[in-house]
Amino acid sequence: MSNDALFDPIDPLKVHATPPEGHSSNSRLERVLRQGRFAVTSELNPPDSANPEDVYDAARPLSEVVDAINATDASGANCHMSSLGICSLLTRVGYSSVLQISCRDRNRIAIQGDVLGAAAVGVGNILCLTGDGVGVGDQPGAKPVFDFDSISLLRTLRTMRDEKMFLSGRRITQGPRIFLGAAENPCIPPYEVRADRLQKKVEAGAQFIQTNYIYDVPRFEKFMQRVRDLGLEDKVFILAGVGPLASARAARWMRANVPGIHVPDHVIERLEGAEKQGAEGKKICIELIQQMREIKGVSGVHVMAYRREELVSEIIQDSGVLEGRHAAPRGRRARKSEATD
Amino acid sequence: MYTVRRFVVRHSRFFEWVYECFEPMLVFLDPVWSRFGYNRMERPVAFAERHIKGLLFDCQMCGQCVLSSTGMSCPMNCPKNLRNGPCGGVRENGHCEVKPAMKCVWVDAWEGASRMKGGDKISIVQPPVDRSLEGSSSWLRVARERAEEKRATRDAAREAMAEAFSEAREEEPAAAPLATEPPNAQPMQEAEESTSVLTVEKTPS
Ligand code: SF4
Repeated sequence: MSNDALFDPIDPLKVHATPPEGHSSNSRLERVLRQGRFAVTSELNPPDSANPEDVYDAARPLSEVVDAINATDASGANCHMSSLGICSLLTRVGYSSVLQISCRDRNRIAIQGDVLGAAAVGVGNILCLTGDGVGVGDQPGAKPVFDFDSISLLRTLRTMRDEKMFLSGRRITQGPRIFLGAAENPCIPPYEVRADRLQKKVEAGAQFIQTNYIYDVPRFEKFMQRVRDLGLEDKVFILAGVGPLASARAARWMRANVPGIHVPDHVIERLEGAEKQGAEGKKICIELIQQMREIKGVSGVHVMAYRREELVSEIIQDSGVLEGRHAAPRGRRARKSEATD
Repeated sequence: MYTVRRFVVRHSRFFEWVYECFEPMLVFLDPVWSRFGYNRMERPVAFAERHIKGLLFDCQMCGQCVLSSTGMSCPMNCPKNLRNGPCGGVRENGHCEVKPAMKCVWVDAWEGASRMKGGDKISIVQPPVDRSLEGSSSWLRVARERAEEKRATRDAAREAMAEAFSEAREEEPAAAPLATEPPNAQPMQEAEESTSVLTVEKTPS
C-alpha cells in the first residue's frame, strides 16, 4: 500500500510497540498532525443495536477518507452502543479510532479502568468531554455523575500515561499509549474566556482539540487570534468542527434545541434562498472547510453529520483537502466475515 | 440564595479582601484548634461555615473550597459540578444549559475573577472533588494545611542547621533539634513569629 493512501491498517501486534520519538502514541492521527499534514476526522454515530455489522456499515465510507473515526459516547445523553465497544470493533479491522469519554456517565473508577482497556485493544486517541446534561436525553431520570470535569479528566489520563500511576498513586505497569484530546466551543458565551479555557485544557494535558460546529467564521477567527496571542498554536493541534445543514428549518431547530450550537442568521437566510436547501448546505460546508484551511493555527477539520456518513465522505472528497492523498479502497478486512469472527 | 450569591460575585474584590484577612486568622488559631483537637472542633466550625457560606455563596459544603480561585462563584452550584470552567452548552444569554433560569456559574466566575486581585488563579487546573470530604469544614482544613506547610518550612531550616552543626547536634541534640515540636507546646512568641512568615508567603503575586 502506498504511503499516501488514507487507509492505513493498524497491525494488532504493533499497537503496543514503543511510540516513535516525540510521539505519545502509535496513533495515525498523531502521526499525520506531527508531520504537518492537514488532518481530517469524522464521527461515527453509534447504532442502537448489538450487531457489529451496523458499525462497519457506518465506518466504511468514513474509513476511506479520514485519519481517525470518533466513536461518540452517548452524545446528547441518548443511549446507544458504547464508544469503547465501537472502538474495539474498529481497531479490530485496522481503523484508527478516537474513544470519546463523557464525564456525565461514569466515575473515576470506571473511567480509569476503561482507558486501560481501550489502550489494550489498540485505541490510540482519547477525547475528553464534559457531556450534555442528562435532561436533554432520552432518559432524563438518570443520575448525572460528573465525578470529573473534562479538564481534571485530561490531567488524570496524562498522569496515567506519563507517570504510570492511577489517581490513587497505585502503579500501572504499562501506561496507556494515548494521544489526548479535548473539545472546545469557540462560538458560544462566554466568548472572551473560551481561549483561556483552551489554555487550561492544554495545561491539563490536551494535545489536540476538536471544536464543536462552527458556522460563524469571523467569531472563530477572533478566537483563533486569541489562541495565537496566548502562544497555544504551537502547543496543540486544532481541528475545526464543521458539518452540513440539511435545511433552514433543521438549522433553526438545532439552534433552539441542541445545547452549544450557534448558527448565524445569514447562514439560515442563505439556505432559505436556495432552491435545493440540502445541496446548499453541503456547499456551505465545503466552503467552510476551505476557509478553515486558510486560518493560521488550524491543523485539520472534524466533519460531522448525524448518521450520514456517505455525505461526509463526499464532502471531504469534494473539498479538496485530501490533496495528493487518494481515497483508500474500502477495507477488505472489514467485510462481513470478519465481523462475525 | 441566588440574589445574594450574584451580589457577592459582583463584589468579589471585597470578599476576596475579607477572606485575605480571615485566612491568616484561621491559621493563627492553629494552636487553639490543636489544643481542643481538630476532631472536636469539626462540628461547631462546620456548622458555622455551612450557615455563613450557605447564605453568601449557596455553599454546598464540598469541604474543599476553591472560591478564591473561582471569582467567588461556587462551582458546586453548577449542575455538572464542573471545577475548571464552563461547559460547551452555555446559552446565548449566558445562562445555564441545564437550568435556564440561572446564570451560568462559570460565566459569573470569570466575571468575578476579572475584578479580583488574584483573579488569574482561575487558570489553575483543579483536581476532582474528593467526595469523602463532603460536609466537612474547609476552614479547618485550610488552617491545618497552612500550619503544616509552615512547620515544613521551619523544618527545612532546622535540617540545614542540624547538618551544618552535625557534631554539636550529636553531643547536644537540643542545640539543633529536628523532631517536630508539638504545636500545643509552642510558646506564644513563636506563634506570632509564624504569622509574620505567612504574611510574607502570601504577598509575592
Ligand atoms: S452552563 Fe454553566 S452552570 Fe450550567 S452546566 Fe454548563 S458550566 Fe455548569
